Amino acid sequence: MSKIHLTINGLPVEADKGMTIVDAAKIVNITIPTLCHLNIHDIKMVNRTASCRVCLVEVKGRRNLAPACATEVVEGMEVRTDTLRAVKARRTMVELLLSDHPTDCLVCERNQNCQLQKIAAELGIRKIKYEGVRSNHTKDSTSDALYRNPDKCIKCRRCETMCNEVQTVGIYSAVQKGFETIVSPAFGLPMVDTQCVYCGQCTQVCPTAALTEVSHIAKVWEVLADEDLHVVVQTAPSIRVTLGEKYDMPPGEDVTGKMVAALRRLGFDKVFDTNFGADVTIVEEANEFIERLKNGGRMPILTSCCPSWVKFIEHQFPNLIDIPSSCKSPHMILGVLSKTYYAEKYNIDPKKIIMVSIMPCIAKKYEVTREELTNNGLRNVDHVITTRELIGMLSEAGIDFKNLPDEEFDNPLGISTGAADIFGTTGGVIEAALRTAYEWMTDRELENVDFHSVRGMDGLKEASVDINGMEVKIGVAHGLGNARELLKAIEKGQAHYHAIEIMACPGGCIDGGGQPYHMGDIELVKARAAGLYKIDKGKTLRKSHTNPDVIKLYKEYLGEIGGHRAHELLHTHFKVREKI
Amino acid sequence: MGEYKVDAEKLKKLGDFIEGLEYAEGELINILREAQEMFGYLPMDVQLFIARKLGIPAAKVYGVATFYSYFTMTPRGKHVISVCLGTACFVKGADRIVEEFRKQLNIKEGTISEDGMYTLDSIRCVGACGLAPVVIVDGKVHGRVKPEDVAAIIRGINEDESGEQMLVKQNVQ
Repeated sequence: MSKIHLTINGLPVEADKGMTIVDAAKIVNITIPTLCHLNIHDIKMVNRTASCRVCLVEVKGRRNLAPACATEVVEGMEVRTDTLRAVKARRTMVELLLSDHPTDCLVCERNQNCQLQKIAAELGIRKIKYEGVRSNHTKDSTSDALYRNPDKCIKCRRCETMCNEVQTVGIYSAVQKGFETIVSPAFGLPMVDTQCVYCGQCTQVCPTAALTEVSHIAKVWEVLADEDLHVVVQTAPSIRVTLGEKYDMPPGEDVTGKMVAALRRLGFDKVFDTNFGADVTIVEEANEFIERLKNGGRMPILTSCCPSWVKFIEHQFPNLIDIPSSCKSPHMILGVLSKTYYAEKYNIDPKKIIMVSIMPCIAKKYEVTREELTNNGLRNVDHVITTRELIGMLSEAGIDFKNLPDEEFDNPLGISTGAADIFGTTGGVIEAALRTAYEWMTDRELENVDFHSVRGMDGLKEASVDINGMEVKIGVAHGLGNARELLKAIEKGQAHYHAIEIMACPGGCIDGGGQPYHMGDIELVKARAAGLYKIDKGKTLRKSHTNPDVIKLYKEYLGEIGGHRAHELLHTHFKVREKI
Repeated sequence: MGEYKVDAEKLKKLGDFIEGLEYAEGELINILREAQEMFGYLPMDVQLFIARKLGIPAAKVYGVATFYSYFTMTPRGKHVISVCLGTACFVKGADRIVEEFRKQLNIKEGTISEDGMYTLDSIRCVGACGLAPVVIVDGKVHGRVKPEDVAAIIRGINEDESGEQMLVKQNVQ
């Protein structure tokens, strides 16, 4: 590649062609502040709107200051980041942003985790110089999942890039103009009336608290304090490898034992594992797959664990609505089993059982409100809080997480196999399903259970497995833009798969909308995935159908796999929704 | 889905117009202009129709429609009175002209009169600064307008209106 020679603050720099001034400056250890700019290479997200102007630098021969994030280096360029003019201009840009930003940092959900706050501190801003009109827009919590506070928006439009280009859901656009500009859904509609799938990826890239989850912490404290209720909790596969980050543990570190101990200390009556639900999901889904294959049902079968992805197909691909598996998602399965199987076994009034799910996900908050996900007039799951919200509760309760002892999940919904652990990462659900389907179809033991071709961060992955002489083709997509490509090909009859796994978030649940903010650091996400594969590898039982407690559940309570009772409790249906 | 609460015939025409464009994706502004010509304004369903037809987010269409003051999402009166509030016109007292129309027609700027006859609008610089302040009525330019001219302009609209009605009557007879 041809090299470009320039100087930055007098230091000679050899940069690659096409590099921006921001990246070239890093070579000589100069950090130019940025705010709106975000480049997440692995998921093809580049936000280069140059709208915040906090990266302004002087370029010799150029009259105006240049935005370093969007200006490519050229041969012989002389850049200065340290002149009084540049330093003052950058400071003024931040001061102007602050002149129309609420000053409620002390009580803001992004306090100490806000990129605007950070940059104001770094530039040494001590007062907000400019006074004038301040925005006062309607706040939106209509969806019960995603909270929009346009007053905190700095118009960086990262959410727009994420939603429109990576996820292709297309909710946001800058609307109106001048001071009135806001980033909004079409026609200023409340989120609940849009085709938003609540993946929450916009919250992962939002630099401020303009986009966050709707918090359900208060509701959870309330049920925990009610002596009359039997409050049970479950934890998704992925959060056991992300929770430790807050406590300075290495990314991907398995903190299952401490997490269980922490939840008991918060006052939950039982601590169950969503992974048990995941094993049940696989048993049902693999069975459904084999049935469809045998009886000439519609192919491919699509996994349906991800509520964002389910809502996406409902809005965007009405013709394909009958191909996802009818299986409920693992936490809904665990929810309904708590209020039926567990309640009956331990003689507890199901009306008094409150199920709380700790999820990496914002869409799960919406999922539990879907009216068809109820049994006997009771919601399968009552409340959902994200990994971030759990961290908040733990600190409120003064729990010294790092020094907690390791504890075990409660029976009878606490044991799981390695197949369930990998549900939290892209490729994991289909790999888990393959392990079971293979053994059931061939009646042979699968010796090497690792399907490496469905792992990793590639947007679209493929694998084919020889089962009884038949080539079973598998497809995997993560990130809804990739899913859209795959679905379009299926709709046109150009792609021929037997089974497909789709997760809405790039990387899967380990990069879910409710996970600790990674600020574009995809290496962190990869470490989380590696953590899950390590847990799987360390387990003796790695196939869902070998889970002894799942076997017991069917024997004692559900009856046949895919049978009448299983259908009544563990399966659901989907509906076509408007595209708006 | 697919049920739009607007004139189906006009919508079909709009669809034909879009299909007739060689590179429709790049002509959103042109399409919105055509749609506003047909419907008089840009109701939500028309914008949705355009978004689906072009395969782009409705939010994008709405973003463009709200960015340009030329586009409107509220129905227009039979007669549109646009007062230029560009710098030159403003300096020459355009705000007083707006005030006068507002008083005489009893409507707010940017809204439609109760009888559906008038819309009072402001525009930004029509490029005829030599004629400031400028008022455009149904496409006809009035230059160097003074507040005391407003009554005559309104009278002019009403005279055209009654003339039109008489023509209609004669045709009926």
